[in-house]
Amino acid sequence: MPVDVRLPTVLRQYAGGQATVKANGETIREVFEDLVLQFPQLGGQVVTEDGALHKFVNVYVDDDDIRFLDKLDTKVTGSETISILPAVAGG
Amino acid sequence: MARYDSVLGFIGNTPLVDVSGLSDNPRVTILAKLEGQNPGGSVKDRVALSMVEEAEKNGDLQPGQTILESSSGNTGIGLALVAMVKGYPIKIVLPENVSVERKQLLEVWGAEIISTPGGEGSNGAMRHAKELAAEHPEYWFPFQYGNAANPKAHYEGTGPEIWRDAPEVTHFVAGLGTSGTLIGVGTFLKEQNPDLQIWAIEPPLGEMVDGLKNFDEGFVPPVFVDGGGYDLLNRKKAIGIRESLEYTRRLRDLGVFAGISSGAVAAGAAKCAAEIDGGTIVIVIADGGWKYLSTGAWTDDLAEVEERAKGIIYF
Repeated sequence: MPVDVRLPTVLRQYAGGQATVKANGETIREVFEDLVLQFPQLGGQVVTEDGALHKFVNVYVDDDDIRFLDKLDTKVTGSETISILPAVAGG
Repeated sequence: MARYDSVLGFIGNTPLVDVSGLSDNPRVTILAKLEGQNPGGSVKDRVALSMVEEAEKNGDLQPGQTILESSSGNTGIGLALVAMVKGYPIKIVLPENVSVERKQLLEVWGAEIISTPGGEGSNGAMRHAKELAAEHPEYWFPFQYGNAANPKAHYEGTGPEIWRDAPEVTHFVAGLGTSGTLIGVGTFLKEQNPDLQIWAIEPPLGEMVDGLKNFDEGFVPPVFVDGGGYDLLNRKKAIGIRESLEYTRRLRDLGVFAGISSGAVAAGAAKCAAEIDGGTIVIVIADGGWKYLSTGAWTDDLAEVEERAKGIIYF
């Protein structure tokens, strides 16, 4: 079952302007690989060429940041919403 | 003691109040540390005083020297209060889309406000402040995101206060801005009890990141990286605007008048309480609700407030 992936404004230009797209996979890494197959311009944006998460990108499964779960190996079943957000600070 | 040489004397030592009503789990106690009780109205008074006094001590800040800092509000207000009492001129680089009360308070404390585009959020304000600091080496630029005196204020103040008042604490939940609170308190508490769990809550970003051109304009504070944040935190959750507002109201129902980012933290604490069998969760209420009255957060239709809130920075 595909999961919903919510894209931040900065990435929508690479996905035909869409804010939410669907992608398949059993882990976050697989979901992102499927996303890049659908939208090649997303390649290298979220997962860098060396296979790591971009250091200024936060990815959430529902409301949990995957860096504090199993990172890109975090499993998904299809009922979740994946959100991609730029890292920002406040204060 | 209730007599002080100046208001700076009663920064810290804030009360811890039972807000277990946030959760339905009868085996969980939730205690809220009310940082809005500080004289400048937020947790950032601690950081402002700590950074200024450290710089006075090591000679980086000279009498009468101008202070320059970027802030989404609270650090600026805290620094402006400290600057007023100690006699320093101050300039604050502020994203234009903060609540009107934040600007008003900076004006109250005599700060000169330098506005930056709202869509660039705090990151844009910080970039502009860095440029200004490079052009004006005569200013003192504390740079809260990378200043060790920021987490130190919490390692030496907030953390020990929590341990003194609630040594039974099992979980610490706080908002993520500069990460100073989480790194300082989290490091101190884990030294006392390595089993303690640290949860970071990312308040709603709303539209404040829409102006970023690419991810390279993102930012992770050196305070977080240098403080070992990736290893220190056990969980990090993002809480949306709607839920933040709902929990700001639930805090209100318990008699706690808190800012909207604290609603996000309260929501995070409720999720934590729902996941665990039992324990004591300590949360930080970063500021009071005063600076957000203009948003109608407590009184207006929730859907309308939510829509309005998307364009405003709360943390």
